[in-house]
Amino acid sequence: MSHWIIAPIVLPALVAALILLLARQSLVVHRALSLASTATVALIAFALVLAAPAGHESYWLGDWPPPFGIVLVLDRLSAVMVATTSVVALASLLYALQGWDEHGKNFHALFQFQLMGLNGAFLTGDLFNLFVFFEVLLIASYGLLLHGGGEARVRAGIHYVIINLTGSSLFLVAVALLYGLTGTLNMADLALKVPELPESDAGLIRAAALLLLAVFSVKAALLPLHFWLPGTYGSAAAPVAALFAIMTKVGAYSILRVFTLIFGAEPGLAAMVALPWLLPAALATLVVGTLGALASRDLRAMTAFLVLASMGTLLAAVGLFTLRGISAALYYIVHSTIATAALFLLAEAVAKERGETRSRLEPAPDLLQPRVIGGLFLAAGVAVVGLPPLSGFIGKLLILEGARPTPAVAWVWAVVLVTSLLAIIAVARAGSVVFWRTLAGERASGVTRAPAGGLAIISVLLALTAAMALLAGPFTAYTDAAAEQLISRDAYIRSVLGAEAVETASSRGW
Amino acid sequence: MEALVASAVGVMFGSGVYLMLRARTFPVVVGLALFTYAINLMIFASGRLMVGEAPVIRPEATLYPDPLPQALVLTAIVIAFGMTAFVIVLALRAHLELGTDHVDGEEPPR
Repeated sequence: MSHWIIAPIVLPALVAALILLLARQSLVVHRALSLASTATVALIAFALVLAAPAGHESYWLGDWPPPFGIVLVLDRLSAVMVATTSVVALASLLYALQGWDEHGKNFHALFQFQLMGLNGAFLTGDLFNLFVFFEVLLIASYGLLLHGGGEARVRAGIHYVIINLTGSSLFLVAVALLYGLTGTLNMADLALKVPELPESDAGLIRAAALLLLAVFSVKAALLPLHFWLPGTYGSAAAPVAALFAIMTKVGAYSILRVFTLIFGAEPGLAAMVALPWLLPAALATLVVGTLGALASRDLRAMTAFLVLASMGTLLAAVGLFTLRGISAALYYIVHSTIATAALFLLAEAVAKERGETRSRLEPAPDLLQPRVIGGLFLAAGVAVVGLPPLSGFIGKLLILEGARPTPAVAWVWAVVLVTSLLAIIAVARAGSVVFWRTLAGERASGVTRAPAGGLAIISVLLALTAAMALLAGPFTAYTDAAAEQLISRDAYIRSVLGAEAVETASSRGW
Repeated sequence: MEALVASAVGVMFGSGVYLMLRARTFPVVVGLALFTYAINLMIFASGRLMVGEAPVIRPEATLYPDPLPQALVLTAIVIAFGMTAFVIVLALRAHLELGTDHVDGEEPPR
C-alpha cells in the first residue's frame, strides 16, 4: 500500500499550519512555503495519475480496516480531479504572487487549507469524511472570498456562507438518515447495503438520496440552487475566482461518485434515483447561465455566468448516466476548469489596464497592451464557448456524441447547440466592446500595466486547453477507462472491502 | 421517548427554517444554530435511543448504544460551532461595513 495517496491532503495541511505558526515572518517565507507545497502536490498528483491505471487503490487511515475506519480511494476519476486541482491551484497561486496576496492577511494559509479540502474531498471513500472535507474547503473559501475586503465581497460573502451552511446541514441530515438505515457510512459498504434495504425503508432512502443530490447541487450550482454563484465568483479576487473554478466541480464529482456507486444502476429501492432530475435541471442551468452571460454588463460577471453554463453542460453529460456520457463529462470537467480559470485571470488583466472603467462592458480608452490581451481573450473565448480548435469544441462534441443513443438526444442537442451560439454572441460582444469600441483621448487615472508574468500564466493555461485538444486521443482513452471504472462498481467495492464482500452480496454489473 | 425526541427535532427544524427565511442577519444566524441543534439530535438518534444500558462495550453487556453516532455528533458540533462563530463575525463585519443588517446588504425600498 503506497502512502503517496494521503500526501496531497497531509502536505497542504502541515504547510498551512506552519505558515500560521510563522505568521510574523515576512511574506517571502509564506510565499516560498506555499509555492513549494503546491508544486510538490502537483508533482505527486501527476504521479498518482500515472499510477491510477493499475486499478483502484484503497488506503486505510490509521490501518483501521473498512468499513470501520476511514478509507481513501484512488481511482482514475479521483486522480484526474486531484491533478486538475493542482494545475489550477498552481496557476492561481503564481498569479496571486504578482501582488494579490498582499491585500489581506493569511492568504497562503487559507489557500493551503483550501487545497487540502479539495484533495481530501476527491480522495475520500467515506461519506462523513466527505462532509468534513467539504467543511474544510468551504471555511477556507469563505476566508479567500473575503480576501482583500470591500463591500461587494462582504455582501456576496453573506449569501455564500449562509447558503453553504444550510447545504452542509442538509448533508448531515442525509448522512444521519443513511446511517440510521444502513449502519455504515463507508461508500463501498453503503453500495452493498443500500440495494438490500427492505421495502418499508423506500421513502427514507429515497429522501436521503435526493437530499444528497440537493446538497451536491448547491455546491455544483445546479438550477434552482445556483443563485449564490454569479455574485460570489464575480466579486472574489481574480486568483481566488480562478481557484473557485474547481470548487463547483467538487459538487459535480460528488454527484458522479455517489450516484454511480451508491445509488447507481444496481437494482434496489434507490436505483438511479437522480436520473429523472439531473438532466432537466442541468439543461435549465445551461440556459440560465448563457442568458445571464448575454445580459451581463461586466466581464467578470459574464465569466461567472459562463461558469454556470459550463456546469450545466457538464451535469447534462453526467445526467445521461451512460458510459460515453460520463467519459465526456470527465473530459469537459478538466477543460472547463482550466478555461474558466484562464478567463477569470484575463478579466482581471483587462480591468487593470482600463483603470476606473475596470472590467465593465463600456467603451473606454484603449488598453496598454491591446494586441497581447486581445489575442489571449480570443483564445480564452474560443476555449470557453467551445469553438475549434481548442478543447471546448472536443468536449462539447463528446457530449453530443454521448447523448446520441439516449432518448434525451433531441433536448441535449437543441439546448447545447443553441446555447453555444448564444455564448459565442455574448463573448464576441464583450470582446468587441472591450477591444474595439475604444474611446480616443486621455487614459483615465488608475491604469496599470498587466504584469507579463500574469499574462504568461494565462497563456500556459490556454496552451493546456490546446494540448488537451491535440492529445484528445490518449486523454479520452483515459476518461473512457475512468468511466468504465465508475460504472463497474464491483472493482471499487472489492478494493475497499475485499473480494468476499462482493461475492456474498452477489452483485450484478451495470 | 421516541415521540418526544422526534417532536423536539421537528420543532427545532421548523423554527430554524422559519428564522433562516428572515431578512435580517441575526435571526438567520439563530436559525442556523437551531438547525444544527436539530441535526445533532437527529444524528444522535440515528444510533437508536436506549435507556439504562451499558455505555461502553464490555463482555458481560448484551446491549449497548452505538458509539459511532456519538463520535459523528462530536465532529458535527465542533464544525457547527466554528461555522456559527464565523458567520457571527461576518454578520458583524457586514453590519459595520454596509451599515445595515439586511441579508442583501442594503435596505429594501419602502
